[in-house]
Amino acid sequence: MYVTDKILPAQPAPSDTKGPVVWLKENLFSSPLNILMTLFAVYLIYLLVPPAIQWAFIDADWFAATRDGCSREGACWAYIANRFGQTIYGFYPEAEQWRVNTAFLMLIVLCIPLFINSFPKKMWLGGFILIIFPFIAFFLIHGGSFGLVEVSTDKWGGLMLTLIISIIGITLALPLGIILALGRRSHMPIVKSVSVLFIEFWRGVPLITVLFMSSVMLPLFMPEGSDFDKLARAMIGIILFQSAYVAEVVRGGLQAIPKGQYEAAVAMGLTYWKSMFLVILPQALKLVIPGLVNTFIALFKDTTLVLIIGLFDLLGVVQNVLGADSKWLGFETEGYVYAAFVFWLFCFGMSRYSMALERKLHTGHKR
Amino acid sequence: MRKSVFLGLAAAVMFGTSASADTLETVIKNDHVKCGVSTGLAGFSAADEKGDWQGIDVDVCRAVAAATLGDASKVKYTPLTAKERFTALQSGEIDILSRNTTWTLTRDASLGLNFAGVNYYDGQGFMVSDKLGVKSALELDGAAVCIQAGTTTELNLADYFKANNMEYKAVTYDTSDQTIKGFEAGRCDMLTSDQSQLYSLRIKLAKPDEAVVLPEVISKEPLGPVVRQGDDKWFNIVKWSLFAMVNAEEMGVTKANAKEMKDSKDPAIQRLMGGQGEKLGLSDDWSYNIVSQVGNYGESFEANVGSGSPLKIGRGLNALWSKGGLQYAPPIR
Repeated sequence: MYVTDKILPAQPAPSDTKGPVVWLKENLFSSPLNILMTLFAVYLIYLLVPPAIQWAFIDADWFAATRDGCSREGACWAYIANRFGQTIYGFYPEAEQWRVNTAFLMLIVLCIPLFINSFPKKMWLGGFILIIFPFIAFFLIHGGSFGLVEVSTDKWGGLMLTLIISIIGITLALPLGIILALGRRSHMPIVKSVSVLFIEFWRGVPLITVLFMSSVMLPLFMPEGSDFDKLARAMIGIILFQSAYVAEVVRGGLQAIPKGQYEAAVAMGLTYWKSMFLVILPQALKLVIPGLVNTFIALFKDTTLVLIIGLFDLLGVVQNVLGADSKWLGFETEGYVYAAFVFWLFCFGMSRYSMALERKLHTGHKR
Repeated sequence: MRKSVFLGLAAAVMFGTSASADTLETVIKNDHVKCGVSTGLAGFSAADEKGDWQGIDVDVCRAVAAATLGDASKVKYTPLTAKERFTALQSGEIDILSRNTTWTLTRDASLGLNFAGVNYYDGQGFMVSDKLGVKSALELDGAAVCIQAGTTTELNLADYFKANNMEYKAVTYDTSDQTIKGFEAGRCDMLTSDQSQLYSLRIKLAKPDEAVVLPEVISKEPLGPVVRQGDDKWFNIVKWSLFAMVNAEEMGVTKANAKEMKDSKDPAIQRLMGGQGEKLGLSDDWSYNIVSQVGNYGESFEANVGSGSPLKIGRGLNALWSKGGLQYAPPIR
């Protein structure tokens, strides 16, 4: 009998189970069909990528004062670069743009501690961001008091407007949606039917209709001269619309919580609100993070619809302001590529953040 | 029953608002003219690098501001989409709509609006590649035509070819940008759209010189400023602001020489440069302000869509009546 008291050192894996060649063999060339598909994919990449790079980078013109400065062989990024400011701020006066920057910078700085796990009093900071900060931001961006020049909302535009609409839309639609979801599961008939009616109504109409209603129908019912802000009208429409979607996502989470949790909360003598906010919602919301982020990404992209009511968000500026400049006609492609890239950056960021959030809140329920 | 009450109420509210108060008074009180423009149409209304609106439609608003407030820059622009434009005017959100809007009977008679004149005579035209060597659309029997789907242009085209006993093959696209891409790619021999648009589409080609806009115009599209019905005073002001620009061109008064012309001996010019404002409820230098700040019609045309702009649209129908066009203004006296 052979007995050893030493543990054998780990051996490298046999050469035919590891390494790039094996990986290629296993993943790309494992069967005739896979070989065919791999070759086809490589051919597609060869067909699409080099010309795209050639167009977007190698042949591209980055600086040009006029349209003739662009060779038109590649992309003409000068078209964007010359009016880059407008794609970010819209018609916001240049001298006042620091106010927008300050507001967004403040928001970012305020939000950083929320990502640090050990930061104390997060609740208070969160409350400040949600309740007090919007007023500060509004006074900064809109002005009209504290010695700041008023910049009315018709001057707002570009990426700034896209962000404002989506941030406000997300932060207001979430609480409203949670309330609606709770209302829909309530045993009180009036609360329940109002919630159901609200959700089904807003889910049943397309956002484009809501925006048209807010900009075309609503003014007719208001006393003349009451200049109800167009942006505010659109915002209200978007928030109501979005809250219905959030409500259904949250309701999904609520239904996934076992009944025992509800009963346990009641058995502990918690009131309805306490049991909801301390026991049920923290679990339910965690479950529906992917769904919520999905809704928010959709909202972020849907904000581009405001251009049909004459508000210039990022896409609106690219399409209507840059695209209508008679000195620079003919570069729509560059404009759309630029807008798509900016949107992708933000949406990708959101989805990455949601994945990080899921990992952080992962408490073992995941299968 | 309840529904009808609601509808009645809605109608009452609508008519209540459309029968408006004194617009001039409101404008003076606000110290700006609220003007509805298009969200962006090269040469007609588009925002420049500084965010200032420019264009031939914008100049109408500026002229009205110059006439009423003495300062052409006192305009608040509201970019409007085609669907919103009439409601915005009816509801009092804007004072003038100057947004390449075609004057038609239906719009004039049933929307509670008044068209105050024509600042651009547009019409549907054709563009072909110069390689074809075609001089007239009538030589294009059997041609493939690039066209934007769902527009009146499509119907006009069908009528025109039918009336001339010609065949064509429609290549339809969803947006005007796609039609020009199709034209450039050689999917069609000819592209049709409103003439003003043909010129701006032509610039989008890699080689604009290789496309020609044919002389035929197959539809009437008079574009002009619109005001609410029921306020004749304001209607007159907008109408005569436009007439003042045309009259100024006719008399040779320009932005540059307006000041000297003020001392002109010609009685017609004297009337243009002062003395007639009271009848419109304006100050006496109303038309002087228009010409000196905005310029005459010809100047506005050339700078925004004509030879002074990249669009290079010829005067054509928009030349003065004395030069073979249609721009004609009643005398100021």
